[in-house]
Amino acid sequence: MREPGHPFLSDGVNFGDVLLSLVMVVIAFVLCLVATMLMVWFERKVVGRLQNRLGPNVAGPFGLLQTLADGMKLFFKEDIIPTKADRFVFQLAPYLALVPAFLTFTLIPLAGDFSEGGSASSTIAGREFFWQVADVPVGILFLLAMSSLGIYGILLAGWSSGSKYPLLGSVRASAQAISYEAALGLSLAAVILVSGTLSTQDIVAVQAGEGFGGIIPNWNVIVTGFVPFVVFLVAGTAELNRPPFDLVEAEQELVGGFHTEYSSIRFALFFLAEFMNTVTMGAIIVTLFFGGPSGPNPGGTFVGPLVGFGWFFAKLLVFLFIFVWFRATLPRVRYDQLMDLGWKVLIPISLAWLLILGAIRIARDGNIGVANDVVGDAAFVLVVGMVILGLGYWMVRTAVVNARAERMEAAGLTEVAVLPDSRTEQEIS
Amino acid sequence: MVDVVVFLISAAIVLGGGLGVILFANPVHNALSLIATLFGVAVLFIIQGAQFLALVQVVVYAGAIVVLFLFVIMLLGVDQAEDLQTEPLVGQRALAGVGAGLIFLLVLGGLFLSGPTDGPGNTAISGQQAAVTPIDDSPDVEQLARDLFTRNILAFEATALLLTIATIGAVVLVRNRGGEDLAVDNPGSAAN
Repeated sequence: MREPGHPFLSDGVNFGDVLLSLVMVVIAFVLCLVATMLMVWFERKVVGRLQNRLGPNVAGPFGLLQTLADGMKLFFKEDIIPTKADRFVFQLAPYLALVPAFLTFTLIPLAGDFSEGGSASSTIAGREFFWQVADVPVGILFLLAMSSLGIYGILLAGWSSGSKYPLLGSVRASAQAISYEAALGLSLAAVILVSGTLSTQDIVAVQAGEGFGGIIPNWNVIVTGFVPFVVFLVAGTAELNRPPFDLVEAEQELVGGFHTEYSSIRFALFFLAEFMNTVTMGAIIVTLFFGGPSGPNPGGTFVGPLVGFGWFFAKLLVFLFIFVWFRATLPRVRYDQLMDLGWKVLIPISLAWLLILGAIRIARDGNIGVANDVVGDAAFVLVVGMVILGLGYWMVRTAVVNARAERMEAAGLTEVAVLPDSRTEQEIS
Repeated sequence: MVDVVVFLISAAIVLGGGLGVILFANPVHNALSLIATLFGVAVLFIIQGAQFLALVQVVVYAGAIVVLFLFVIMLLGVDQAEDLQTEPLVGQRALAGVGAGLIFLLVLGGLFLSGPTDGPGNTAISGQQAAVTPIDDSPDVEQLARDLFTRNILAFEATALLLTIATIGAVVLVRNRGGEDLAVDNPGSAAN
């Protein structure tokens, strides 16, 4: 396997390398901002259409410049800091929200020719580079780190406002993020397990190969068996605090949640961070599960990367539409439903699925010598795994039923066997 | 050269954060300083080539543990400056000062006695070979995993068991075993 990191940083760093890195960062930042601006427009337009309205249509062609106009307006509004606010933290919080959002974006391979015989890297002025700002060797962990740091912006914004509603919003946010990060990490582990690498560039390269029958692509969504993808999509939406998981800023209960006290450009920064996170999460899903910029590619120095970017953009657009679709379709979940879904559904499912994937992998590696062929070994491991899982489930059930009987007895109630509905049964467990 | 500059900057962040943890009056500011310290340590890990450890440091400590600290501080509402004059234990400040000074002297003495390091893989203590030397050029994640799941498997499993016990213990402790609250934590059966 190739050495991680940028090829041009392998032997010593000189001025040209630093310059090239700077140029890449600036380009990526501009790209990210433009994408975010277009995402805001896209969301408003699509939600408008889904609700039988026109959406923004005045500023510029198709209302494309509406976001720009709104940004200008926010720029010139008065910036208010509440008297009871903690000034330093209040001013710091929007940047804490924005920086992790952009840093995650630097992990995404944006373009490149991943087809057979093509080269994912390009060469300009004698310097070889990937179409990605930073190919961190521990890329996916960096993603997890940034998603857990993004919470600080919200948490501190709510606290430093010195007001009740923002505080409630930020406490909700931290509870939600901690709950869903576990599911997010476990579904990521499935991807790492089948890819055998942590670098995003390599994960795309692994998916670029041919899958079953030479027709179905070798995407992780198929290789990991679809379940981790669904878990990641749900947990990712929850991490983004987007509907149906937007309890953090539930307008009907919390005024505006964590950003109630924010105005002017600081509010705009939160808004920007939120949409930048949405674009980045879509890009991450494309990279991890749908092969990123890989796809049929004619190749060539100029056309190759461009076609790669085309594939990436097309896939990204699908997921951005899905996020908007969620927003327009699904009502907000209740708080207990949110916690139930995170802890009792997503985490057990992704944990069990990870074990199954691991078992299949061990069996495929062979050497357990039961049936002496891959399918037989896999079946054996699977059966043993299922038996163990079943045993564990039976033990948990027994414990739950016994505990319930005990509690009923202690309360002086007698109807032990009757459960009114399945919900009650869940609540006891 | 780059290493030295990075080390100096991150060391300043670590020390500044550490001072902030003990000197700020507001618990939330203390927690924020702690994050700065953890970040500085993560950068120190990276210049040692331990990228995995650095990221785990950020994910686990900065991403989960300090968030929990903040969560508790905010929920309990102790985020106002506490009265620093009351001392629950008489003389605790003096004792802590003496203890910290002794530890500082101990570390300093160890450093001076050990002499200069001579190359990678050697510890600061008298140039002895480090317990874990880099095995080969494979990524640090791989090396760490190999070490963890072969040589140190017992310690690893013991830690896992300990954590499981701690989790179960926490659940048992917060669980209300009295029967009288059944209707409250089980609203579905209250109607029956």
